[in-house]
Amino acid sequence: MIDWMRYRLIYLAISLTVIGAGVFGLFTWGLSLGIDFTGGTILEYRLPDGGTKIIRSSLIDETKREEIKEEIVRFENVGPAIGPELIKKTVYALAISALAILLWIAYQFKSIKFGISATLATLHDSLVLLGSFSLLGHFAGAEVDFLFVTAMLTILSFSVHDTIVVYDRIRESQKKFGLRPGGAYGPEGGMLGLANWAVSETMVRSLNNSFTIIFMLVALVLLGGETVRWFAVALLIGTVSGTYSSPFVAVPILVTWDEIEKRFRVRK
Amino acid sequence: MLQISAPLKKVLLILVITLVAVLIDLPKEINFFGRKFTRPDLELKLGRFEIKKNLDLTLGLDLAGGSHLVFETDTSKIPDDKRKTAIEGVRNVIEKRVNLFGVSEPTVQTSEFEGRKRVIVELPGVKDTQAAVSLIGKTAQLVFAETVEIPGKAGATPSATLILTDLTGADLKSADVVFDGETGKPAISIQFTPEGGEKFAKITERNVQKSLPIILDDTILSAPIVQEKITGASAQISGSFTLDEAKNLAIQLNAGALPVPIKLVEERTVGATLGAESIQKSVRAGLIGVGMVLIFMLLAYGRLGLVADSGLLIFGILTLAIYKLGGVVLTLPGIAGFLLSIGMAVDSNILIFERFKEERKIRPIPDALEISFGRAWDSIRDANVATIITSLVLMNPLNFSFLNSSGPVRGFAMTLLLGIIISLFTGIVVSRNLLRLFIKEKK
Repeated sequence: MIDWMRYRLIYLAISLTVIGAGVFGLFTWGLSLGIDFTGGTILEYRLPDGGTKIIRSSLIDETKREEIKEEIVRFENVGPAIGPELIKKTVYALAISALAILLWIAYQFKSIKFGISATLATLHDSLVLLGSFSLLGHFAGAEVDFLFVTAMLTILSFSVHDTIVVYDRIRESQKKFGLRPGGAYGPEGGMLGLANWAVSETMVRSLNNSFTIIFMLVALVLLGGETVRWFAVALLIGTVSGTYSSPFVAVPILVTWDEIEKRFRVRK
Repeated sequence: MLQISAPLKKVLLILVITLVAVLIDLPKEINFFGRKFTRPDLELKLGRFEIKKNLDLTLGLDLAGGSHLVFETDTSKIPDDKRKTAIEGVRNVIEKRVNLFGVSEPTVQTSEFEGRKRVIVELPGVKDTQAAVSLIGKTAQLVFAETVEIPGKAGATPSATLILTDLTGADLKSADVVFDGETGKPAISIQFTPEGGEKFAKITERNVQKSLPIILDDTILSAPIVQEKITGASAQISGSFTLDEAKNLAIQLNAGALPVPIKLVEERTVGATLGAESIQKSVRAGLIGVGMVLIFMLLAYGRLGLVADSGLLIFGILTLAIYKLGGVVLTLPGIAGFLLSIGMAVDSNILIFERFKEERKIRPIPDALEISFGRAWDSIRDANVATIITSLVLMNPLNFSFLNSSGPVRGFAMTLLLGIIISLFTGIVVSRNLLRLFIKEKK
């Protein structure tokens, strides 16, 4: 059995590097917000060769629209009031989902520790996604729109999905063997041993499942067309981060928490 | 024989359901139904479905083409307690106008966020969105006014002021486009209600040889000179309209004025050709993605993978059938949600197979199978509940005003939610029985 939890500091370093790069991007360039947030206009019209051309601008007046003689295939015009609302609604939705998931996990695993560790892992994934889009926005022209918001909420559940599978293994073995040290889970026993065992047992499943999701998403990114491309990219980043964060963020937090708790008890 | 009959029965049942679903999935369903199915029980079932639903996939505006318009109402000038009825009034008037405009299956809904009241109008297949916007957005408050001359000071030209009468658009029974007998130009012929007719008679009586301006939203449409008292309860407005303007005005007058002014704050229009391209691209991406998942499962799990693949195909067939039966409006993000759920659908199988690999080492195969299903179920349930929670928040089925209610997001959440629920069925029930059959027959 691999002692996964021994390398906790390395996982922390990887996460900090990725999030750090993202946060650097966020502070330097911010997010490149689409018209759903800023208000403005997108006009896409048909070119003679069959392709399309997209014009973006701040709130267009109707005359510009009439200037274009070609077939207009898409016209989006969003007023300035919509953006702030979208941000508020997003925050509400994120808060409700995260809280509901936290409570559900805490209830199912009968411990607030599990709930909070899982939620911190989803926070990790959200930060990774936000940061990546700041970089993608600066270097590749990715825009943040309402579909990005949807992706962000969706990966919340992806991340938790994997985490729950690992937790479930911990729960099951805990019931079966208890937490006695020196038992089936290595010399340390306790949460550390359980965690190592559960991560080992679920690793193949976790990777295989992510592969199937990644296949679908890569197909969408490459072939799905302009409208859903960045949406699929966001989901892809979320899936990769979510797969990583379950064994390497959620579980280490759980183990560390447990250790701190134990030390505290011993001192008392 | 008795031993294997239970899973065999279930597998057969699943096959029958799948066949029915395949029929529902077929694009031109009616031609096939009559010919291919002579079995009465199946026809009865299908017949019942046929009455309820037409079995075409409902496409959203982004795929079929059309306009999504959001109007914000300005309720600042009316008291708080009357706002709700005013918004309902706006909705009704817009609905009437849109129907008179001749759009098939429009939807008009109200929405509210932090005191801002909006009306969302969806017009499938509309080509001239600008015409629709100007038709819907205009208050169209018609009012007749009297002119009163103000005696001017010495040397100055005498000026006139307008006094609005109580004769308004509300007194109209109907309005029609006609062509003026003398000029041949388009004009509006209006019929008053009996009450309106009386008002009109009194006003014309008072204003013989004076002008009687007809005002629409602060603009004078025309100011005819009254020749004599008019008692026929009808009149004609001959401004300088184009035919389209006259038609729109007639629609607006017939539908009534908006109780409060509205303003367009959001417009999303997609042409039908772009939608068709999107469908084509998504279908191609989907087929390639599914192909990769199928191959991957075969490579990773061999024969077990074949079972998972059959389950996945059944999943796809059932899901499509449920979209059709449930009237799910398919949008572009919705297709993405569907494809995503295909990627996730094999998860329960992977969980079970990985478990099975372990259990097989310590138990006879049939026992290992049952135990793997039982053990994996806890984590499958708990994990999927989390996804269901998120998709419900995104879908916002109770229409909470503080959450998103936009069509594309809902479309995505809806297909994702259905995908998870159906994949639980195919992942657990379908693969389990297929495996039971497979393994016991091998024995």
